[in-house]
Amino acid sequence: MTSTETLPLKQETDIVIIRQRVRKAAEDARLGLVSQTKIVTAASEIARNALIYGGGGECLLERTFRDGRAAVRLIVADKGQGIADMNQAMVDGYTSGNGLGLGLSGARRLVDHFAIQSAQGEGTTVELWKWK
Amino acid sequence: MTVDSLADTFKQNESALLEQWIEAQRKAGIRSDLIDDRTMVDNSRDLLKVFIKALSEGGKDVEHASWAPVKSLLERLSQAQSRQGFTPTETATFVFSLKQPLFTLLAQQPDQLLAASQLVDKLGLYGMERFVASREEVIREQQESMLELSTPVVQLWRGVLAVPLIGSLDSNRTQVVMEALLQKIVETESDIAIIDITGVPTVDTMVAQHLLKTITAAKLMGARCIISGIRPQIAATIVHLGVELGDVITKASLSDAFQLALKELNVRLVSPNAR
Amino acid sequence: MVDKIPILKMGRYLLLSIQVDMHDQLAMDLQEDLTEQIVRHSAKGVLIDISSLEIVDSFIGRMLSHIASVSRILDAKVIVVGMQPAVAITLVELGLELPGIATALNVEKGMLWLETHVNDDLVAEVESDEHRDTPAETGN
Repeated sequence: MTSTETLPLKQETDIVIIRQRVRKAAEDARLGLVSQTKIVTAASEIARNALIYGGGGECLLERTFRDGRAAVRLIVADKGQGIADMNQAMVDGYTSGNGLGLGLSGARRLVDHFAIQSAQGEGTTVELWKWK
Repeated sequence: MTVDSLADTFKQNESALLEQWIEAQRKAGIRSDLIDDRTMVDNSRDLLKVFIKALSEGGKDVEHASWAPVKSLLERLSQAQSRQGFTPTETATFVFSLKQPLFTLLAQQPDQLLAASQLVDKLGLYGMERFVASREEVIREQQESMLELSTPVVQLWRGVLAVPLIGSLDSNRTQVVMEALLQKIVETESDIAIIDITGVPTVDTMVAQHLLKTITAAKLMGARCIISGIRPQIAATIVHLGVELGDVITKASLSDAFQLALKELNVRLVSPNAR
Repeated sequence: MVDKIPILKMGRYLLLSIQVDMHDQLAMDLQEDLTEQIVRHSAKGVLIDISSLEIVDSFIGRMLSHIASVSRILDAKVIVVGMQPAVAITLVELGLELPGIATALNVEKGMLWLETHVNDDLVAEVESDEHRDTPAETGN
């Protein structure tokens, strides 16, 4: 059954709670262990981004369905500066080793559906789905 | 007719509706081997109760939040019935047989009757959807079991595992096998895993990438992988696709790979007969 | 929330096990603590057990990389052990490589690795009766 919970994202300890709630939702949706790990890790990356670069915000965690399967949907929204150059932001920041990459491209690879909306001065909203 | 009066009609005639609905189900024939009368009565009473509550609070729109308890109950019942072995018809009958008493009750108010009938249709279909989804899940689980059984990970020596991949690989199967391999590496505390692809006719980019990802994952965990059984055509394909094997060791045969593995583990095979 | 990650000393090596959700302060404290102990004990190797970690994200990844880099400068080798399969698969997908960090399946194998890879510059050898050194001045 579709249900939604709102999770605050104001401090680091909130990231821990978000991970726990996403893990629970993924378990309840009967996702395999690897899929669970992927969505929780992606959530952690995006939430941390929102906190550090976006000044915090809030998350919406939805237990729902997609293609007839139980799914987890997470929306992370911040009211920060927004991303000026989306293409640049989606470039892999990890492999260059500088660790400053926003982790967006990595997180995208972990989930089944990824959507991002951002504009300079208007904050950023990222939507993650996992159902396989 | 307004929806309010539909809810009122239901409320005022709740017990009569319930009785007639139960009677209709009995007439249609209950699967006494799968469910007892008591349970059927309880299920019916519970559903009718939440149905009326949802109707009063949320109106006719079943997408409205107040219908959630109804859907939740239906989902639970449908899933249970699917696993218990009810046929789709038997599951559908549970909800659709509610129409009989509704027709009797609302025969003189066609608008209300139509609205009520549509509601029952929607709920009946929802129940069926959940029933089918539950069946599909069972099939998926069985498919996964079959996949696991058909690609065993074997231990060749203490610390050496081998995965003989046979047949064409698709993305799904490769992932399952690879996860099983990594898990086995942990369980057996193996240092080396030999992935033998002698029995694989072709390798495409996706499979090659999955293989490489698995090897990288194994390395992160502290184990090494050797790919063996690469036939000339596959070697050519790998080069053609531009897949970078990096420092992954490849050997022509499983036997060569095994010998290398033993050497890496400082294992020497000694013949007992002096010659 | 845990106050501090305990660091154990075992001969020339330091052992630590990460079992809780790390946050900024804990990570910083750990790095400081570890660095200080490497110097204090002249530790030659550091074994980090992550077998309890079900999630390793880029934050943890950076922390491990940082620990490895600093330890290297202090002449201590670092090995990370016990990564769970699901974590490994996820890290590969994430593109996080942990370059230059040795890994092993478990603590036992990790210790074996340290034993074979850590070199002592000077080995203190107990003086035996057999090889009495002849003093230089007697002109023998």
